[in-house]
Amino acid sequence: MNKNKEQLLNKRYKAEKRFRLYGQSAIFMALLFLTIFIFKIFSTGYSAFQKTWLIVPVNFDAELMMLDENPTKQDIEDADYYEIALQSMWNLDPNANEDQQNQLKRMVSYFFEREIKQELLKDPNLLGKTKEVYLTASDDLDQVFKGNYPRDLPEDQRRVSDYQLKIFDQLVANGKVESKFNISFFTNADSREAELAGIASSFMGSIFSILVCLMIAFPVAVLAAIYLEEFAPKNRFTDFIEVNINNLAAVPSIVFGLLGLGVLLAIFQLPRSTPLVGGITLSLMTLPTIIIAARASLKAVPPSIREAALAMGASRMQTTMHHTVPLSMPGTLSGTIIGLAQALGETAPLILIGMVAFVNTIPGSPMDPAASLPVQIYIWAESAERGFVEKVSACIMVLLGFLIIMNLFAQIIRHKFEKKWN
Amino acid sequence: MIKIKAKDVDVFYGKKQALFNISLDIEENQVTALIGPSGCGKSTFLRCLNRMNDVIDICSVKGEILINDFNINDKSCDVVRLREKIGMVFQKPNPFPKTLYENVSYGPTIHGMAQSKQEMDEIVETSLKKAALWEEVKDRLHEPGTGLSGGQQQRLCIARAISVRPEVILMDEPCSALDPIATAQIEELIDELKKEHTIIIVTHSMAQAARVSQNTGFFHLGQLIEHGSTDKIFKNPDNTKTQDYITGRFG
Repeated sequence: MNKNKEQLLNKRYKAEKRFRLYGQSAIFMALLFLTIFIFKIFSTGYSAFQKTWLIVPVNFDAELMMLDENPTKQDIEDADYYEIALQSMWNLDPNANEDQQNQLKRMVSYFFEREIKQELLKDPNLLGKTKEVYLTASDDLDQVFKGNYPRDLPEDQRRVSDYQLKIFDQLVANGKVESKFNISFFTNADSREAELAGIASSFMGSIFSILVCLMIAFPVAVLAAIYLEEFAPKNRFTDFIEVNINNLAAVPSIVFGLLGLGVLLAIFQLPRSTPLVGGITLSLMTLPTIIIAARASLKAVPPSIREAALAMGASRMQTTMHHTVPLSMPGTLSGTIIGLAQALGETAPLILIGMVAFVNTIPGSPMDPAASLPVQIYIWAESAERGFVEKVSACIMVLLGFLIIMNLFAQIIRHKFEKKWN
Repeated sequence: MIKIKAKDVDVFYGKKQALFNISLDIEENQVTALIGPSGCGKSTFLRCLNRMNDVIDICSVKGEILINDFNINDKSCDVVRLREKIGMVFQKPNPFPKTLYENVSYGPTIHGMAQSKQEMDEIVETSLKKAALWEEVKDRLHEPGTGLSGGQQQRLCIARAISVRPEVILMDEPCSALDPIATAQIEELIDELKKEHTIIIVTHSMAQAARVSQNTGFFHLGQLIEHGSTDKIFKNPDNTKTQDYITGRFG
């Protein structure tokens, strides 16, 4: 009898030990996947924050630029920079033939004449003199410099020629290639050229969409939640509404995209590809999330507080507005932020309403066409150029950073402002 | 003088009847205790007196409850004004999660009882003094009320209830969550408060009923079995059920 009891006890301890082990290995697996994912993203993406520059001497030859003596600022603005830009690239190899000259030109971005122009606008005294100017390297050379380019492939299978590599290696040997922080990744709009493409357009698009979404979804959802929780009678009809709100939260997001396409664009004729339409579509999606969060946090306010206020002679409206709603706000707000974070990462509905269009301008208002960060990831992931690979990861990093900050904020609100009941 | 007159009050939760035909008179400026085993309907009856049962959707109340000869179950009765006249203290201390000052000034604020900050300060001070809490908290009026001890919180709730000078104070087992010392303080306070207010207290403790009340009503299974002066109920009850309950044979 006694021995049996001992055995049983041992068995129970062992079962607990086993269970702990299962739990620990589950957590270990989850962390492992997360680490692999983050490592992959970071290791491909970090190089996108660096940009390769060629330092090329440029002769600001007034004659080639069709400038008279003592030009005004406007003259400098209107001058022709293409010739001197071409000349400075050709000068890298004075003996180049026509084909090689063409290849030399393609070693920098098509932005090169504008970069040279900026230099002269900054300092008009350079006219007639020679100065070394930083020119954006082409995306392929950028990859070569970062060591991501398969140089040992046969020449006819790569976009960089042996000749270009030879010149580039010479420049590297002379210290005329430099890597600097890639500001243009944050300030440029999208571009077909990987070395010039940036996230400014999609970033602003995302911000505008989220703002529109917040301004529509938050007030509607909070009012709906307060009414349902505090005022509505409990009957079949309100039960029906509640079930439908929960169903709405489970509807796949692409369906909301179709709704946006069919109703907002087709019937109301709102401008296509704009954050306005994107925001409205996302707000439909966020609405049930916020309603559910707000109702949960209203429910969490102890009934004793409502009773206390009512017994003091407060009306139902006063009880709700003075006590219940303020006490539920932390939970509501953090639910809202989590809903917005979901909306920020949403891709499918935005593709349907046309925010997938190629936009190379930075939107100034929700009425301008724009992309959004997740859609930008999708667009770049579809592009063939090698230079976009790191951009995809970098864009994911920016998006993830944003989501982490938002979720952190939600946590802080929850912990800091939530009242403790004794 | 009779302050509250209940006539044939029936209460239903959905189809289930919780109170049967309750008729009870409550004397002004006295303490009336309602006693009885759990689930006998004494709290339900108490909540009828300030219409707190309105909050429960499925609850319906029938019969007449006359306060100052006015039927509060009448359609013309305004619950907000009714609850201004009839304060309530709950079983578990439930101060608002706000400062002490805001807790006490809430009632006077929503009923517009103070014209100036000074007047409000006075109301808060007298209410806290009457609730015998002033000396303990006068230096921390702007700290959260939830930071007080249980007994202090309950006295804060009493201060909050009397801040609007109600004619009647309903107390629903106000000491059940408190230790004996805090209970003694509250009981002393009840004795003091009955000079200005009519008090009805629901209690589980027969000793407490005997100590604080002048009148007692005994409830059992939704019926008012017996009521009368506390002395009579405890020493010489008419009904054998009352006798059994008082002597601890059931309940």
